[in-house]
Amino acid sequence: MTFALLLQYLVAGVTYGAIYAIVAIGFGIVYNATGIINFAQGEFVMLGGMLAVSLQAFLPLPVAVLFAVLITMGVGALVEILFIRWLDRPTVLRMIVITIGLSIGMRELALLVWGEGVRSLPYFTGDAVSALSVGDVHVSPQVLWVLGTVGVIVAFLVLFFGKTRLGRQMRACAANRDAARLCGIDAKGMVTLSFVLAAGIGALAGCVVSPITYVQYDSGTNLAIKGFTVAVLGGLGNSAAALGGGIILGVIESLSIIVLPAAYKDVVAIALLLAILVFRPAGVFGNAATARLKEHA
Amino acid sequence: MSRSRALPLAVFTALIVLVQLATGLADKGQYLTQLTMAAYYALPILGLTLLMGYAGQISIGHAGFFAIGGYVSGFLTTFNLTELSSRWWVRAAARLHLLAAGQDAFASQTLVVRAWPACIAALLITIVVAYLIGKPVLRLKGHFLAMATLGFGTIVYRLVLGTSALGAADGISDVPAFHLLPGLDVSGKSALRISNYYVAWGLVLVTVILLGNLIHSRIGRAMRAIHGAEEAATASGIDTQDTKLKMFVLSAVLAALGGVFLTHYNGGIGPSEASIMKSVRMVAIVAIGGMANLWGALIMGVALNFLSMRGSFGSYDDAVFGVILLLIMLLSPQGLLRADLARRLVRMVSRRPKEPVT
Repeated sequence: MTFALLLQYLVAGVTYGAIYAIVAIGFGIVYNATGIINFAQGEFVMLGGMLAVSLQAFLPLPVAVLFAVLITMGVGALVEILFIRWLDRPTVLRMIVITIGLSIGMRELALLVWGEGVRSLPYFTGDAVSALSVGDVHVSPQVLWVLGTVGVIVAFLVLFFGKTRLGRQMRACAANRDAARLCGIDAKGMVTLSFVLAAGIGALAGCVVSPITYVQYDSGTNLAIKGFTVAVLGGLGNSAAALGGGIILGVIESLSIIVLPAAYKDVVAIALLLAILVFRPAGVFGNAATARLKEHA
Repeated sequence: MSRSRALPLAVFTALIVLVQLATGLADKGQYLTQLTMAAYYALPILGLTLLMGYAGQISIGHAGFFAIGGYVSGFLTTFNLTELSSRWWVRAAARLHLLAAGQDAFASQTLVVRAWPACIAALLITIVVAYLIGKPVLRLKGHFLAMATLGFGTIVYRLVLGTSALGAADGISDVPAFHLLPGLDVSGKSALRISNYYVAWGLVLVTVILLGNLIHSRIGRAMRAIHGAEEAATASGIDTQDTKLKMFVLSAVLAALGGVFLTHYNGGIGPSEASIMKSVRMVAIVAIGGMANLWGALIMGVALNFLSMRGSFGSYDDAVFGVILLLIMLLSPQGLLRADLARRLVRMVSRRPKEPVT
């Protein structure tokens, strides 16, 4: 085990962790607007990657990614309008089962359209072997694309929720729906918007990461569990903390390969989730939103 | 046992016999094989109905317990101990008649654990695992409980898929028959089809009777109180954690029992039995059956699993379950076979005076 190899694992861990963070942020956005954990969040990531691969066959890469993100946002809106909007105060159990049903539906639809094959986009710059070398550590340019994109998404969300009128309206709805409605905010519209936003950032993450991790019709479930682990680690609704939690999880998972067979990588991550839930149910950073989730549910 | 509970049991028993006779007359003996498997798949569903429908605690990881049962039993009854036969613990086990010596297809010596001790070991391991998982996890609610059980199911799946001693992606094969009693084997031999059908459905019948008693007991009322309002149940002096944990362990044991028997019946088990989709199917069937409705879950479970095994859904197998799950929860969250519907039917048949519907 050389120091360079250790750094190499760290880079891989940070890359995966960034994607888990995006899924966790998606959970947070929808949760804050609705009180629902959307089990189909991972499927948005899968859908974005799959759509971009198909569109890329006849469109230039940036346009394909753009359309993939837009279409997935449309799917997000559709999901909310068709399956969530008109339910009258559903129980938590019912919502869990509905979003699980949605995730199966999207996964099976993807299986129907794209088959079981593993797909990926081409590297955005360079190719599979090109690497930037810093000393003995080699970093694929795609890793920089992933980290850059995730960084931009987080910065955008911080600005969106902090500075824009729309973002503040969404936060108002999350804080107190009835009061927000009395102030003339379209609360139902905000819920739809939360699904659109969560779907959009998920799809974008799915696009940039697909050259490294590949994408398959059933990639979503795993991402959802990891994303939830991160949400528990970093708290729901805090994008920066989610990024921190994601990187921690990614690195732990990546370093577990040193001591355990690679086939057990996911076991380590999920065991971590169970351990956190058991020992620190309020989240590692003691986040109020996570604690509320526990009581609320 | 009151008449309203004895009647469905009598009808059910008669149905079991009639179906067997009908398949015999129609010369469709192969249906019995699928019905036998459907019976074993019904055991985890009945357990989950208790946990989810009555006690209101979701689990998206019960296929994990089914797989633990099947894998432990399958591993113990196939793992050859001949090489280790000089070890003290192997000799001790042999002296206690826990081991069976034989020959494999290549005429080399085999020494494996008998099916009975393997089954008991599988159930004991399940109890320990369910207790260790359930104790902390059942303190959680809603989404957290769902994700934690989903996480447990995924861990079991990844472990059986990634462990070469358990056959990795191929699973365990050549699992011997389960000598239940002298002259009564659980195995997939077509000559034993009819006796196996009755073993499987007898097991389901006993389970339904026992669970029915449980639901109408003090602990059953405690479960429903927890489902309604956990704080109120606590205030009424119910030890909610203890009740939830007992139900969790019981449902896990039922799932494992189904896994043990199906593994001996099929002569093997593969990692797909532990997959998340299997757990979701169980949840779907409980939901379709009407959540707090043992008969509903049993009927829908057998119907859907039977059709699924006959290949009626083609390559849309998982999609069918997903779509049904979605539609039921959207349009009729009480399930297709509502509890009050069944009660009304029973009342009609037994011609008892109508009570006000509460």
